[in-house]
Amino acid sequence: MEKQTDIYKINDEKIYKRLLEDKDIILDDALENEMVINMGPQHPATHGVLRLVLRLDGETVLGIVPELGYLHRGYEKMAEDMSYIEFIPHTDRLDYTATMCNNVAYVLAVEKLTGIIAPKRAQYIRMIISELSRIAAHMVAIGTFAMDVGAVTMVMWTFREREKIQEIFDLVAGARFTTSYTRIGGVASDMDNVALKMTKDFLEELKPALDEMDKLLLKNRIFIERLEGIGVLSKEDAIALGITGPNLRASGVEYDVRRAKPYLYYDEMDFNIPTYPEGDSLARYFLRGDEVRESVKILSQLLDKIPQGEIIANDPKRVLPHKTEIYSKMEELIHDFMIINFGINPPVGDSFFSVENPKGELGFYIVSNGSGHPWKMKIRSPSFCNLQAIGQLCKGAMISDVIAIIGSLDPVMGEADK
Amino acid sequence: MDIKNLIVDKVRNQFGDSLIEVVEFAGDLSLTIDSKKNRELSEFLKSDPELQFLMCKDVTGIDWGTRKNRFTVVYHVYSFQLNFTLRIKCNLEGEETKIDTVADIWLSANWYERETYDMYGIIFKGHPDLRRMYMPEGFEYHPLRKDFPVLGIPNSLPLPNKID
Repeated sequence: MEKQTDIYKINDEKIYKRLLEDKDIILDDALENEMVINMGPQHPATHGVLRLVLRLDGETVLGIVPELGYLHRGYEKMAEDMSYIEFIPHTDRLDYTATMCNNVAYVLAVEKLTGIIAPKRAQYIRMIISELSRIAAHMVAIGTFAMDVGAVTMVMWTFREREKIQEIFDLVAGARFTTSYTRIGGVASDMDNVALKMTKDFLEELKPALDEMDKLLLKNRIFIERLEGIGVLSKEDAIALGITGPNLRASGVEYDVRRAKPYLYYDEMDFNIPTYPEGDSLARYFLRGDEVRESVKILSQLLDKIPQGEIIANDPKRVLPHKTEIYSKMEELIHDFMIINFGINPPVGDSFFSVENPKGELGFYIVSNGSGHPWKMKIRSPSFCNLQAIGQLCKGAMISDVIAIIGSLDPVMGEADK
Repeated sequence: MDIKNLIVDKVRNQFGDSLIEVVEFAGDLSLTIDSKKNRELSEFLKSDPELQFLMCKDVTGIDWGTRKNRFTVVYHVYSFQLNFTLRIKCNLEGEETKIDTVADIWLSANWYERETYDMYGIIFKGHPDLRRMYMPEGFEYHPLRKDFPVLGIPNSLPLPNKID
């Protein structure tokens, strides 16, 4: 034992000697000085390519500067160069955990500008897929958040549930991940009885699974203590910073676009808007769980009420005809040709439309000059604005809390960085 | 009283001729105001007890390309009390690309104004931290301007030099 200590001593002495010879190395104790470190842009806990520059005193965060721009794909620029229909697949790539919600938001924005109204069945299908997508997104959020603070089992459990939703999407849209399912004036294909049955079965299995997840985490003292009272965001600050979605409601503001400005048929649905007064990371975790339960409630009502009928509007000048008809009828072929080549031409003007996405309020501001592609399109993405709160939330926290706070805000860089 | 009439009346009483245009399209209300009055209007909209536009949801710009007044700055603000989203537009006159910041009135405008500066080159006077948002510092173009090509400008982002 003594021998070993000697070896370490000799080694240390050698290292110190080497260090003293090297003029570039400063020998001050790092923990007794302020230091600046980088977290990201390639860091597993920053949920994508987010770079944070931290100023630390020991382990306490004195200041934090978030940097975006490592992903920037220029979607707003691209939108100006393509027709309204061509942009639908690109909306998938914004919040890639909730592709369907983005699809629905975008087509509703274009429909508001052009004045197209989709048939009732299509609207119901849009609501079903939006809510399923919301559950899937919250599952990813809850799972990765728990993983960030050390509860790795949770991510496997939540992804198991999400997988079932992806299978439903596979059946309905023909793709699991990049769905591009909606069309201007309706949806691409009908949701058949098999898909509806799958949704019903999924909902029944989800309820006990959610209870199990709660049991797993909420008896875990480490999980609770790492989140309780961490990253507190007051009601006033949340509003001033433009925070929306679950992060806003976890600060006690009862604002949900589905209730405030009902779109589709949300005004006919019976559901609650969960809120928490605490505004800390734990509240944000609880809130997402509660929202999943509300989505289950909405979905059960939708499955009971879904009407029969068409899934795409009959508006040949502006809505794409059915593929089968294009191959057999001249008129439809002409309309298809005109829409694809020249686009639907909305009236001159601008409109802003927003929906409640899993991350918050997703809005599209479209300026039309009457041609087939938008003159300008601005995407009001919730993650971008929510990330702005990091600076305030992390000040004075420990470095390990930064991870918990990022996870609790649930940013998706595809959306923040557009 | 209708919410839209209430807002338009109040703004007109307060700002008179500075309120240039009132447009209602697709159910949205847009007010175009003199770009020199944007701070005053923002303060008024936020502090008026009947209006209380507490949240700034979005700030962006529009490049009209060849028009005389080339740029327009657009704000979307929301009032919880009225449950209403209002659009404010400020046309920047001539070649002017400067407007006063509202980042101290609505905190959320901080990043949005940086984004608008980055994409359009519109300078927000008095902004606390006017840096590039997405593009690297020192990048000389503003990508969302209409004269910037969709495919980008070759060599506008130089690659790092080869290490010998």
